[in-house]
Amino acid sequence: MIFPGIRDIAAALDRGDYSVRELTEQCLSDARTANERLNCLITIADERALAQADAIDRARARGDTGTLAGVPLVHKDIYCTEGLPTTCASRMLANFTAPYSATVVERLDAAGMVTFAKANLDEFAMGSSNENSHFGAVANPWDTDRVPGGSSGGSAASVAAGLTPVATGTDTGGSIRQPASFCGISGIKPTYGRVSRYGMIAFASSLDQGGVLARDVEDLALVLGAMAGYDERDSTSSSHDDAWLEGVSHTGVGMPDRSLTIGLPLEYFEHHTGSVALVDAAKATLEAAGARFVDVSLPNTAAAIPAYYIIAGAEASTNLSRYDGVRFGYRCENTDSIEELYERSRSEAFGAEVKRRILTGTYALSVGYYDAYYLKAQKIRRLIQNDFLRAFESVDLLLTPTTPGVAFRRGELTGDPVAMYQQDVYTTPASLAGLPAMSLPCGMHERLPVGMQLIGPHFAERALLQAGALYQRETDWHSLTPDIGEHPSADSPVQKEES
Amino acid sequence: MDKLNITHLAKLSQLALSDSERAHVEQDLAHIIDMVDHMASVDTNSVEPLAHPLDAVQRLRPDEVTEEVNRNRFQRGAPATEAGLYLVPRVIE
Repeated sequence: MIFPGIRDIAAALDRGDYSVRELTEQCLSDARTANERLNCLITIADERALAQADAIDRARARGDTGTLAGVPLVHKDIYCTEGLPTTCASRMLANFTAPYSATVVERLDAAGMVTFAKANLDEFAMGSSNENSHFGAVANPWDTDRVPGGSSGGSAASVAAGLTPVATGTDTGGSIRQPASFCGISGIKPTYGRVSRYGMIAFASSLDQGGVLARDVEDLALVLGAMAGYDERDSTSSSHDDAWLEGVSHTGVGMPDRSLTIGLPLEYFEHHTGSVALVDAAKATLEAAGARFVDVSLPNTAAAIPAYYIIAGAEASTNLSRYDGVRFGYRCENTDSIEELYERSRSEAFGAEVKRRILTGTYALSVGYYDAYYLKAQKIRRLIQNDFLRAFESVDLLLTPTTPGVAFRRGELTGDPVAMYQQDVYTTPASLAGLPAMSLPCGMHERLPVGMQLIGPHFAERALLQAGALYQRETDWHSLTPDIGEHPSADSPVQKEES
Repeated sequence: MDKLNITHLAKLSQLALSDSERAHVEQDLAHIIDMVDHMASVDTNSVEPLAHPLDAVQRLRPDEVTEEVNRNRFQRGAPATEAGLYLVPRVIE
């Protein structure tokens, strides 16, 4: 099914065109069929979804609901959901059911959204292609031989294929923006600390940030408004209020209230790929709509990838030390010693990329290397943030390509981790600086979607979303959908919901 | 760069690598370290390291009990338990 926007779904439910149960049943059935080809979902949650749907139908009958009530939702399988498996696409957690729900899950449940599935991802969110999943690679709905991007690849593919109007994601170094770009949809990574990390399985805690993937900016804002905000259960949650974001379901995103000045960072336009030409066209569109463009320089951009992979690896090696085969998760068989239990459980259950990151991080933190790597990376992180802060003294937002190229073929980069890491060249700098950033579809290159990235100052989600709304008022790239006809089906290891 | 001591690194990481894995890992890590060594060319003299993107400090709360530990519920996901205890191979002879 091709979904209209969230407000149109809400209006159809209000008119009684269909009930929440009917909508949910359609989603479950479409998801099951499409998943055989795309493998974008790990769990399809019939029982939980239908129970939620019936409850919302009753609440709707009482008139006791908001805009999001009854709207279908897919959660990235990194968010803990009480009563449903939470696998993080790892053998380590293949049989794990969280004893509690993430704050994001609780808040969207409370808003009445109906979670009908949990999306595939790169194991522990480590990857840029969704090929690192214990449950198999995800296909890009625009070309099933290509990757959907990662790590929120299952979320992006689900939205692009029309299985759901919206999905949650997480973004550590580009994991929402890059798959949104590869799949021709919109995706926002808010300011660090804007969305609670409680119950979101940790990868790199100083970078991890929850966000949203949807077809357009209005839907991003509606869902972000419901999931964002201070949470005392996350010690890094920001108490910076945003009354505009809280009220966006009433006011709508709207247009910028003044002419915007947008910076073009020279370092992001050095490689003349097809994407760059389309971002230039987007610039012309925004210029015609009243925006002013200026060139800016972010001189430390090239150092972002090395600094990011050191910091993320170091934090991952620490965070993943909790998987010990004792308290929860996978445990190896027939061990004689506790050391062997730790080592074999972790070695048998973690995939190759996760091991690479743990080893890289351990190396960077080990005696004799700490200053040269970890501390050095943190200093570069400061320089990268300073570059942005300086740019934002003279511009409201920055416009860049989201990725160096379009979605690549499955297997194309799997043998070369460093080449894979370079995919994140335009997304990691904003992550290191903790800035809000968003990818929007801005054209097609060789019949594949291209995304552009808008980056804003800390807590400038309003400016970011309004600029995006302006762009999407002038263009219709976000309403293009892939042709999802019948194709040969692949094996799909969808888990059965726990009862 | 010194020759990577993969055995030591694997030990610190609590990972047991098979021989074929070890060869791949050694090569991949060498490439990754080559890449991150580019950081050395950036002048970071007198730059303060940035540990948190908003330079926030750890928040404190009153030292009060806010939630109950529900051991039974939490142990439901554990691979091996008995009488409320987690079972592991013998640690002390």
